[in-house]
Amino acid sequence: MIYSLCLLLILVGLYGVVSSRQTLRIVISLIVVSHGVHLLLLLIGYRAGGTPPIQEAGQTAAAFAAGSVDPIPQALVLTSIVIGLGVLALMVALCVRLYERYGTFDVTEIRRLRG
Amino acid sequence: MYRNNRPGMGTIVQTVIRWLRGPILLFGLYIIMYGHEAPGGGFGGGVVIASAFILMTLAWGEPYTLEFFRRDTALTLACIGLLIFIGLAWAGTWAGSGVFFENLAAGLPGHEAHLFMTALEVGSGLFVAGALYLGFSVLMGHYDGAGREEEES
Amino acid sequence: MNAPVAEMIPYFIVLPLTVAVLVQLLARRRDALAAGLAGLCMLALALMSLAAALSGAGGEVVYNMGGWATPIGIDLRLDGLTALLLLTVNTVALAVALYAADYMQTFTARPRFYSLFLLMVTGMNGVVMTGDLFNLYVFLEISAIASYALVAFGCEREELEASFKYIVLGSVSSSLILIALALMYGVTGALNMAQVSARVAAGGMDAPLTLAFALFICGFAFKAALVPFHAWLPDAHPAAPAPVSAMLSGVLIKAVGIYVLARLVFNVFGPVAGVLELLCWLGLASMVVGALAALGQNDIKRMFAYSSISQAGFIVLGFGLATPLGLVGALYHLVNHALFKSLLFLNAGAVEYCTGTRKLDELGGLNRALPVTGATSLVGSMSIAGIPPFNGFWSKLIIILACVEAGRYGFAVVAVAVSIVTLAYQLKVQHRAFFAALPEALGAVKREPRRMALAMILLAVGCVALSFAVITGLGDPLLIGDAQAVLSAGIFGAQP
Repeated sequence: MIYSLCLLLILVGLYGVVSSRQTLRIVISLIVVSHGVHLLLLLIGYRAGGTPPIQEAGQTAAAFAAGSVDPIPQALVLTSIVIGLGVLALMVALCVRLYERYGTFDVTEIRRLRG
Repeated sequence: MYRNNRPGMGTIVQTVIRWLRGPILLFGLYIIMYGHEAPGGGFGGGVVIASAFILMTLAWGEPYTLEFFRRDTALTLACIGLLIFIGLAWAGTWAGSGVFFENLAAGLPGHEAHLFMTALEVGSGLFVAGALYLGFSVLMGHYDGAGREEEES
Repeated sequence: MNAPVAEMIPYFIVLPLTVAVLVQLLARRRDALAAGLAGLCMLALALMSLAAALSGAGGEVVYNMGGWATPIGIDLRLDGLTALLLLTVNTVALAVALYAADYMQTFTARPRFYSLFLLMVTGMNGVVMTGDLFNLYVFLEISAIASYALVAFGCEREELEASFKYIVLGSVSSSLILIALALMYGVTGALNMAQVSARVAAGGMDAPLTLAFALFICGFAFKAALVPFHAWLPDAHPAAPAPVSAMLSGVLIKAVGIYVLARLVFNVFGPVAGVLELLCWLGLASMVVGALAALGQNDIKRMFAYSSISQAGFIVLGFGLATPLGLVGALYHLVNHALFKSLLFLNAGAVEYCTGTRKLDELGGLNRALPVTGATSLVGSMSIAGIPPFNGFWSKLIIILACVEAGRYGFAVVAVAVSIVTLAYQLKVQHRAFFAALPEALGAVKREPRRMALAMILLAVGCVALSFAVITGLGDPLLIGDAQAVLSAGIFGAQP
């Protein structure tokens, strides 16, 4: 049921990408989409009543595996956040440069390529 | 971002950040070094270190921060961090049992076993800090608040 | 497979990555050193990929990173399909790197170009070699980010706009892929390709897994620029500098788009009948739309970009047929297209470098002014149009025969029709740009620089060599046969 929240977030972001008129808004919408996807990844690893995936002193491996949430999605999300950071930096730099060349952030006016 | 033709923000912000930038750097270093047993590691620690410089840029403006930490230096540090990471991974091929990316210190007793992981975290922390600061610096220096454009490095 | 090859596997990724970093560290302001380092690195990679391909003999090598056993660790696998793609990617990248040494003289910040180029090669090598799905995503993103930056490299208005469109659509498709990864991990609990395929074989495809598969196909169809996901390609490829266009059109859409689709459909999820049908129709749509759109273009590079979409459709149609003949045709066309499309883009770049324009109505009579470009573009055009005895003819013939053999006569007719349209627009380029009279408005046309000419000759020789290999029946079928066997073998065994 909680997954529908992630889906909602992703859809809101996608709607923003499609309908935004400014380049920076498109960038922010893409960030929202990536937040939704990361949330989905994390929730898949969740276990109700689970402990953080750090092994306590004296805890056996079996007990640890039975009680903690899945640590793999956390690693995946961490990697994905860093990748998203790289893409975000590039997108913002592109927006800045586009503003210098076209004088506007408006996507409908940045339309020299056609056909 | 210009107040009374002086770059940066007001006196309160500048004073607070002048106090805080040291502890923030230290905290970032702590997150990097203890990444193997507490939440953190190279990525998060690198971000915190870069954030200290970002705060300085916000408080005093881009030219002041560039005196502390030039863009060339940032790029060099980032490259060195990445080379540390790759070099440690490659060292496994001729020091250990010949497999790539092997944990060289796995057999050592006690706390030394974490040495390899910590070294990897330091490498990636350097890389993230340098890269983030560089990206932010280029974006800030590119488009000055008062409409003047700065030289691109 | 012998041990030296197994030792070499991680270096396909480590070498370009390290050299990219070294270029930034040592050669930040020295262009010649940067170009030299990049060229040496690509030469080493090309030789390594040749060694890997030749020593294959049908085996498969699995290299566990860090010595961790397979389910826990990430492994890199080198089987027939991987070896074929590694060879293609690295040799084309070598030729393009040689070409770029001269072409990029008109751009600033050249060492950054070489770093980004090497990062893109790192990403592509990683995508082709990895056996773990999330690792695939990471390498995919590495090459994608490098390509976004490379498309915008000239920082002119059109390049920035094209790069922005490309980056937005690329990010959306990457998010789709990540959602699919999340769903798949949730259902199967594994990220390793071999493990996932074992679980799918054991448990069948239930609803979340089907959704994941569908999202994977959508995401990677974006990357491969199949219709209707192709909107970014006609803007991004022409706007990029010519070496980048050659890499993007020639190898990137294949390594990260079509290769991953083939891997997923054949080896991970297993060839489901509905999916194969979908691939056939996607391929058909791409062939037709690409060819028809290419007819009406005035800009050479935009025409070639649409032509890439069309030829990618041929490849995917061959994969969709899934018969051994169809797979052989598709793989052969993949290699051929990498060679002659990058050759054609390098030609277009040479034309633009020497005359200053790429619009067909302003060009003419370049055969005398640019002899190397004219000759190699004639080879490239005849290859892509499918004129015997060039290599394009053989690969298209195999695909058409595979359509007939599978009983899809309609597909075969459309494929023949599209080949004729391809011939038409290639003839248009040849006639207008190279064979007509030289217009006075063009002014003095410079000769192509030495290294650009050498790179173009290399690729043209590659095309001719491949066609000879087919005619005389030696050498090449060995590689493609391995790759086809990998795909036909279906789902990976439970134990890699």
